[in-house]
Amino acid sequence: MVEKIEEAGKKNTAENLVEIHSLKKYFNIKKDVTVKSVDDITISIRKGETFGLVGESGSGKSTLGKTVVGLQSPTSGDIIYNGQNVLQLDKEAQRNVNKEMQIIFQDPHASLNPRMRVGDIIAEGIDAYKLFKGKDRTNRIYELLAQVGLRPEHAKRFPHEFSGGQRQRIGIARALAVEPKFIVADEPISALDVSIQAQVINLMEELKESEGLTYLFIAHDLGMVKHISDRIGVMYLGKMMELSNSDDMFRNPLHPYTQALLSAIPKANPRAVKKERIVLQGDPPSPTAPPSGCRFRTRCPHAMEICALQEPQWKEVEDEHWVACHLY
Amino acid sequence: MSRLLDVNNLKVNFKTYGGEVKAVRDVSFHVDKGEVVAIVGESGSGKSVTVQTIMGLIPMPPGIIKGGSIKFQGKEILGASKRELRKVKGSKIGMIFQDPMTSLNPTMIVGKQIAEGVIAHQKLSKKEAKIKAIEMLKLVGIPNAEERYNQYPHEFSGGMRQRAMIAIALACNPELLIADEPTTALDVTIQAQVLELMKDIQKKTDTAIILITHDLGVVAETAQRVIVMYGGMMVESGTVYELFENPRHPYTWGLLNSIPDVEGPEKKKLIPIEGSPPDLFSPPKGCPFAPRCKFAMDICVEEMPGNFEIGEGHLAKCWLNDSRAPQVEHVFAREEEKAIAVGSEK
Ligand SMILES: Nc1ncnc2c1ncn2[C@@H]1O[C@H](COP(=O)(O)OP(=O)(O)OP(=O)(O)O)[C@@H](O)[C@H]1O
Ligand SMILES: Nc1ncnc2c1ncn2[C@@H]1O[C@H](COP(=O)(O)OP(=O)(O)OP(=O)(O)O)[C@@H](O)[C@H]1O
Ligand code: SF4
Ligand code: SF4
Ligand SMILES: [Mg+2]
Ligand SMILES: [Mg+2]
Repeated sequence: MVEKIEEAGKKNTAENLVEIHSLKKYFNIKKDVTVKSVDDITISIRKGETFGLVGESGSGKSTLGKTVVGLQSPTSGDIIYNGQNVLQLDKEAQRNVNKEMQIIFQDPHASLNPRMRVGDIIAEGIDAYKLFKGKDRTNRIYELLAQVGLRPEHAKRFPHEFSGGQRQRIGIARALAVEPKFIVADEPISALDVSIQAQVINLMEELKESEGLTYLFIAHDLGMVKHISDRIGVMYLGKMMELSNSDDMFRNPLHPYTQALLSAIPKANPRAVKKERIVLQGDPPSPTAPPSGCRFRTRCPHAMEICALQEPQWKEVEDEHWVACHLY
Repeated sequence: MSRLLDVNNLKVNFKTYGGEVKAVRDVSFHVDKGEVVAIVGESGSGKSVTVQTIMGLIPMPPGIIKGGSIKFQGKEILGASKRELRKVKGSKIGMIFQDPMTSLNPTMIVGKQIAEGVIAHQKLSKKEAKIKAIEMLKLVGIPNAEERYNQYPHEFSGGMRQRAMIAIALACNPELLIADEPTTALDVTIQAQVLELMKDIQKKTDTAIILITHDLGVVAETAQRVIVMYGGMMVESGTVYELFENPRHPYTWGLLNSIPDVEGPEKKKLIPIEGSPPDLFSPPKGCPFAPRCKFAMDICVEEMPGNFEIGEGHLAKCWLNDSRAPQVEHVFAREEEKAIAVGSEK
């Protein structure tokens, strides 16, 4: 476990905005049936970086994101925000921390209340924390709308009057309203058209610079994740499989699962030399009964005897490049 | 190459409370035997409605076929009755939908759903059909096919359901397979399985495929020809090489510039298409892309551009290709920061 605590960013603690230590989030879905959605994950997110999180559907990405921002309480483990252990803070202090951590959701249709006007949706946080009232509140709403490229008159309209990309901008404005430092973006572009995705990504990158934000960016489009992220973490069935800066991850993926993921990306170039694709056999196993040892072993082309017997350790195999696999 | 499908001047509307939606406005294209044609385009641009019309699946009302013709192997199938349709299309066109749960029967075991298709189209006995169905399950890569034959759709994972759908569509040896976003709901690793399977089958059986997708990577890897749709219209079409290397419509440029480059070492700023898609209730009388197009000229708003022929089989519905228009060149985001206008009025 010693290595675990000494995870990547730990060397320069001062830089870390969020540290997640041995975080677990289990759900009891039936009597005697538990889903270990996040199972003993230790990572840190550095001030000002974009940390990309990828992995198969159901691997626990959203659960990790929601638990970090306090929408769900962890089963065990610690979350350190700006040097404070969030779970040990009193109510008042916790509220202040939660204000600095916001989340943007995948579905811009489902996450906005259809009966509320856009201005009131954006002001949800402002009202909850009683930040502004009356004229100041209105001005703040206009300011936020302008920041995400919408117009003042949009405040009076309802969500259904907007396109998907505009709705996602409304979600971003709502998150920005309380001046957060840290934003979890849970698949913010998955539901959008290709041409609109680029608008939202560019907006997020601009805001990161101007507002000094730090992002946890969850996505399954690996191209976008590479584009926006400084570092990338790869999850599989509740576990972190690999972590490194994004260039290293794409140039030199170490974990067999990451290798398969990257080789599966279709290249938008009809003359690209078709590399031998690693097509994984089978489906991800049930999260209620994950395989023993390494959770990836049932689909891993390199599985060995030890993989069924022993869980691989989370190791820093190269500088700042972490992996959990018996091959290393 | 022999012509399999010919769609000409297709127009489809929908009556809604807000008025009539012009979902497909004058679409023409063809598919030859054994080729893979990809359809890409903005959400709501009429991709699904186009292929649903080919399949005779448009609910009427609210749908109205405003005009056009769809010939399959030379025979008109647009507006044909269900029975006539079945006779003409017979076992020859199969379809895979984005969401397999909506098209698989939840109360019937998967194997039987495949076998029924086989029986309907091939006049086999029940026993022979079962053997064939198990063969199909194996062909699409479902392990323990004999056991899986007896399971219900909910006992399958998402990827397996999609493969079962493909098995059903293929059970009747179609000459044309229409796949509407077959991998959009799937994980990357499962998407790779399904695409490999489709390519493999296409090679083995010489089935033609119409593939709707929004993933330009999937297009580049699987299609021979590409159709780009916008605002209910086909705005560009051509071979996959022409479309990626010599695109001649600003919307296509925008699409290509909106995707990040996975291979390059450096990060380039993405160049999005500003604005949002057109209103199909009262589409502009000119070019549907004009409100978002940074090259729009007066004529674009006034008059609908025709299909300019750029080269063999390469069409672009854009005034920039008129000899009187200013010379504008698309510069790839990878090479340059943005598309620039070179020179002005000729
Ligand atoms: N509230 C809950 N109750 C029970 N199980 C849950 C709950 N939330 C998540 N899970 C389960 O935890 C696992 C991880 O889910 P999660 O939503 O975090 O995955 P994900 O990686 O975000 O997947 P996706 O890419 O599909 O969004 C899944 O098996 C899911 O069914
Ligand atoms: N049954 C219907 N009733 C009314 N309008 C419809 C109906 N079916 C489709 N439309 C409209 O027709 C237009 C074209 O829709 P279509 O489903 O073909 O788009 P698409 O290109 O497939 O988009 P996507 O990429 O989102 O699947 C849309 O404006 C849609 O709202
Ligand atoms: S630990 Fe074994 S099964 Fe797991 S990824 Fe490494 S080689 Fe494969
Ligand atoms: S016709 Fe005009 S508005 Fe339409 S794409 Fe071409 S230049 Fe742009
Ligand atoms: Mg999720
Ligand atoms: Mg569609």
